[in-house]
Amino acid sequence: MVLENNGKAATLVRHGLTHAFIIILGVAMIYPILWMVISSFKPNNMIFSDPGLIPKALTIENYISGWRGYAGTTFGTFFFNSLVMCAIAVVGNVISCSMAAYAFARLKFVGRGVWFALMMITLMLPGHVTLVPRYIMFNSFGWVGSYLPILAPKFLATDAFFVFLLVQFMRGLPREIEEAAIIDGCSKLGVYLRIVIPLATPALVTTALFTFLWTWDDFFNQLLYLTTPASFTVSRALRTFVGDAGAVSNWGGALAMSTLSVVPAFILFFALQKYFVQGIATTGIKG
Amino acid sequence: MRNTSGIINLFRRNVVAYMFLLPWLVGFFILTVYPMGYSLVLSFTDYDFTQPNSTQWIGLGNYLKMFGSVFGMTEFTAPTGELMRVDPYYIKSLSVTFTYVFVSVPLKLVFALGVAMLMNQKLRFVPFYRAVYYIPTLLGGSIAIAVLWRKLFERDGLINGVLAAIGFTDLPAWITSPNYALGTLILLSVWQFGSSMIIFLAGLKQIPQEYYDAASVDGAGKVQQFIAITIPLLSPVILFNLVIQMIGAFQAFTQAYIIGGGRGGVLNSTLFYTLHMYIQGWAYHELGYASAMAWVLLLIIGVLTAIVFKSSRWWVDYGVGE
Repeated sequence: MVLENNGKAATLVRHGLTHAFIIILGVAMIYPILWMVISSFKPNNMIFSDPGLIPKALTIENYISGWRGYAGTTFGTFFFNSLVMCAIAVVGNVISCSMAAYAFARLKFVGRGVWFALMMITLMLPGHVTLVPRYIMFNSFGWVGSYLPILAPKFLATDAFFVFLLVQFMRGLPREIEEAAIIDGCSKLGVYLRIVIPLATPALVTTALFTFLWTWDDFFNQLLYLTTPASFTVSRALRTFVGDAGAVSNWGGALAMSTLSVVPAFILFFALQKYFVQGIATTGIKG
Repeated sequence: MRNTSGIINLFRRNVVAYMFLLPWLVGFFILTVYPMGYSLVLSFTDYDFTQPNSTQWIGLGNYLKMFGSVFGMTEFTAPTGELMRVDPYYIKSLSVTFTYVFVSVPLKLVFALGVAMLMNQKLRFVPFYRAVYYIPTLLGGSIAIAVLWRKLFERDGLINGVLAAIGFTDLPAWITSPNYALGTLILLSVWQFGSSMIIFLAGLKQIPQEYYDAASVDGAGKVQQFIAITIPLLSPVILFNLVIQMIGAFQAFTQAYIIGGGRGGVLNSTLFYTLHMYIQGWAYHELGYASAMAWVLLLIIGVLTAIVFKSSRWWVDYGVGE
């Protein structure tokens, strides 16, 4: 009895220490982010003199001055651009990737094995090897300076990760409902729209979520293809806002807009956490 | 009669399937196959974005431009008769990138595994902790964090503020020091260990507790259990994380671009491969050269991935013989 109590107490202490360790390490991990958020509310001249988290004075001046943006364009425009671009990218990926995935997972056709293998190879292909010809091609279409080079590929299922994720998910769905629907005279398109899409919703949410986040953060394409401040997205605008040499005078504004720029990711993450874990654990989405 | 309808059915089934596959097929050919072939062709030319009509074949000129310095060359004559200069920074960008990959990836995996094991206990709040530890990964790829990172590691940044507060003196300006700048980028990469952690955690949960219990009864300590049970059973997951992270690390761009202010940093200490490629292609309009660089990167990644997979038969336990 005494022994058992001792064991319990020991476990309790061990767990307590583990919790303490995880919490301390966790705070250290997110300290830079906390500091960014809190510093964005500090007066400009106090940001760097004060490494602590508790501000001596609070102001929203940084948000007002940062929001004004530059070149006559406010961050309102940049956020609008980013949101519209990401929304269209999500629509494109969800439609095109789920169509390809349905074909791979459920339909029998000549060459399926070969196409699937090729699709899996593109998973590992570094995007840089297609970069230059794509740029030349999009330029000849007159698309440089618009969102088309970023968005058109989304409607052509080029993000093989999501095709793979959706194939894996669809293979796990019960076939009986689909077979019953086909016996009842439902076409393949009907099966796809009325049965597979609704049942695959969790995987589609994961697809939508990561498409949104990656498109929001994908700086390289935005750097290449967006050329005028009026078309800039938040990421692209932030980079110019900070400048080449980092010689901005308005660091408060930069931190304030940086903080705002990660708010959508935060909201999506905490609202849809289980889809995150599913998406990462089942396909090993990079990060 | 039956036979014809069978063929019609087969034909129809294929047409329907290919209709569903059509977007992907179009994308595959127009946005992957054709560009890959085209960039291979371009890599043997001096294609200049601003004057595409004067493009000439230069044979292996671009490749010699990359690796000429290895043979002690500084310039050479291209097949066109023109004098070409060897790229003095290419080898530097290669060594920066290799250092980055070979230091950051193992560190990240070790860290991710450590944290995953910490969380793989019957503890309360683990989903919450997991979420908090994932936050750096969630935000790490953003411009906001790259901007923040540069600010944190400046001479009067937060890191030096904290270090000074606990008694350190003579602190460097990490970002602008050729000795430390790459280190800050490695740290930034390791900091984003969240995805690997979640994958490790999922793998750890698959290992039956009975194995550990049996090992305990046999008197095996924690370290022995880790070496004899955890590592072998987790080895497929380790392989998976290793490949994914390695391929990703070779392509890192954004953070180096922001930290170096659009260039390679002091003494090119953060001149990542992709950054160098971007500068050559889009600042100097040398798209032929950039294409050659892209193909070499593809080969490097391909060869290293193949080596990792080949070696995996020595260290990955696929559960054969259980």
